[in-house]
Amino acid sequence: MNDTLIKVDGVSKKFCRSLKKSLWYGLQDLGNELRGRRHGGNGQLRTGEFWAVKDVSFELRRGECLGLIGQNGAGKTTLLRMLNGLIKPDQGRIEIRGKVGALIALGAGFNPILTGRENIYTNASVLGLGKRQVDAKLDEIIDYSEIGDFIDTPVQNYSSGMSVRLGFSVAAVLIEPDVLLLDEVLAVGDIGFIIKCLNTMRRLTANSAVVFVSHSMQFISAFCTRVMVMNHGVSLLDTPNPGEGIDRYYALVKYQRQTSGTGEAQILGLDLLVADEMLTGEEPIIPQGSSATVALRMHVDGPRACAHAFLTIHDEAMAPLVCTPIQDADSRMLCLSSGEHLLEIPLGVVELNAGKYNFVVAIVDANTSVVLTRVEGLRPFRVFSDRTHWGKIVRPAVPQLGALPKKASTLLG
Amino acid sequence: MNEPVITVYTPDSSLSHPLIMVREMFRDLLASRELAWRLAVRDIRAQYRQAFLGILWAFILPLANTVTWVFLSRTGIVSVGETALPYPVYVFTGTMLWAILMDAMTAPLQQTNAARVMLAKLNFPREALVVSGIYQTLFNAGIKIALLIGALILLKINPGWNVLLLPLGILSLILVGTAIGVLITPVGVLYTDVGRALPLLMQFLMYLSPVVFPMPKEGWAATLFTINPLTPLILITRDWLTGFPPQYLSYFLVVNAAALALLLAVWVAYRLAMPILIERMSA
Repeated sequence: MNDTLIKVDGVSKKFCRSLKKSLWYGLQDLGNELRGRRHGGNGQLRTGEFWAVKDVSFELRRGECLGLIGQNGAGKTTLLRMLNGLIKPDQGRIEIRGKVGALIALGAGFNPILTGRENIYTNASVLGLGKRQVDAKLDEIIDYSEIGDFIDTPVQNYSSGMSVRLGFSVAAVLIEPDVLLLDEVLAVGDIGFIIKCLNTMRRLTANSAVVFVSHSMQFISAFCTRVMVMNHGVSLLDTPNPGEGIDRYYALVKYQRQTSGTGEAQILGLDLLVADEMLTGEEPIIPQGSSATVALRMHVDGPRACAHAFLTIHDEAMAPLVCTPIQDADSRMLCLSSGEHLLEIPLGVVELNAGKYNFVVAIVDANTSVVLTRVEGLRPFRVFSDRTHWGKIVRPAVPQLGALPKKASTLLG
Repeated sequence: MNEPVITVYTPDSSLSHPLIMVREMFRDLLASRELAWRLAVRDIRAQYRQAFLGILWAFILPLANTVTWVFLSRTGIVSVGETALPYPVYVFTGTMLWAILMDAMTAPLQQTNAARVMLAKLNFPREALVVSGIYQTLFNAGIKIALLIGALILLKINPGWNVLLLPLGILSLILVGTAIGVLITPVGVLYTDVGRALPLLMQFLMYLSPVVFPMPKEGWAATLFTINPLTPLILITRDWLTGFPPQYLSYFLVVNAAALALLLAVWVAYRLAMPILIERMSA
């Protein structure tokens, strides 16, 4: 069963930014299409157009899962829509063998007035499945969705999570595709349902070629056998090593340096050292598990008796992960007098999950608590690991051999 | 297991392979039956479940129209020529039949617009939308006709055996309506102007058809009425309904043949247009 199911060859697609122009071009395309002309003209962009997808090629076999990653507007969804046959490529060729199933618009075709049960039938027939197939699996769908008694309530009274769950259930129970297209399907729902979806996806994936679009690197790392990184419509990298692809994706994330505070202190420099060696380059890579040190140079304007410094590591969404208060040997906050300081701050073992990070440094007056300066987006760096784990901190452990007191197992009853 | 289906997407227009295109058209039409039925059931249920007056809405508008015109002619505000039928019956049958035509005409654009979200994200036979619209028009037409026949019996008008031909007339109205409706849909999806202009245009056309006015005897108005391809549809269907010998039978057949040809042509256009329209819809 090692057959190629998807062949994409030099596919491009152009879009237009302005609505007015877009509609007008649509009318022109309509005219051309009706005269039997090729779609997309001679490969030239008209005014206001841009390549949403440019010259993308790949092949995918049964059992493979291709993760499409990239920032918003990179062309992932457009590519997926072409694979699904919703829109025509402007250039290139797409060949698909077998039945295509898409878990994309969950609950599309739901009518809010009608009950969940009635909508199951409509939704299933949109997916190309007849009444008899639904009848046979109706109970399974309702069970799967965990909607319970609400099944006979109009869908307009559902919470958004419930209608997505129902939509997913219809598709998950009924479709058995050769080619499976997934676009951010797991964005909603509680964790219990997400786990269930993941298991279903694994079952479907075993027998199909999957194209998976997601912004969650955990999902990509857990699911995909291959990763394609897209940026501005172009495929930057197509690699059988998801870790490498994810690292490349993080390289695209740009931080903006931002300074706030009264300005009575300045950060003059922040360097990263691994194994006593200064890391160079705009965005150094630290292997997960190595020890790192920060060299921080700053200046506090005088006259001032005492200022405190804080070093924080933020992730790509600017969520603070690790806070390092700068202390003295007695575990009190280190007092920085006015003038220039150079501090060597050991960070210890880098246990951060694979991803992209940056430093934020804040200097605060010890007496008044006034923020003298706060700089974010300092010294961006990436942590590399083959596997993106389900946690911000990755700390592997080896169980210890030997007798545990019997009490330890009472927890799970 | 049989050989898996191979689907190919290229920028080429499907018109360059007419045979494959026609085969795919009929395959999709066949495949769309169940979905069309489901969508129709969904829409009809939802429509009547949320309306207190329910199916009454199928004929409230024609009824209101009839009352208006009977009032206008009785009071002499508008002078209407002589009709062979009692004037209220003439107007009522006319507006009912016209409403069926209008239903059929607006259905394709309305269905396509209502399904935007589905179209933008899911691949299903697009024909289902048009067929579903036809089912809904048929359902509403059924209610109208049942009411019409009831009213005629009350008024002691005997349609005779010709009434058995009535379904042909209704189907013709729906055929012509659908053909025009599908014709305007591609541009109508892009530009909302089309959807707005249609009722205006149709209002105008209604006065050029023997709906509320009888056929003029002479003058340029008479010529316009005679040329108007909608005239034979209304006249003949009304004749079958009220037991009059049908007029303009040959023109009726010509219009139907032309509408059928038009429907096939615009069906092709509709299919070709879909990917282009979806591209311009927000995903």
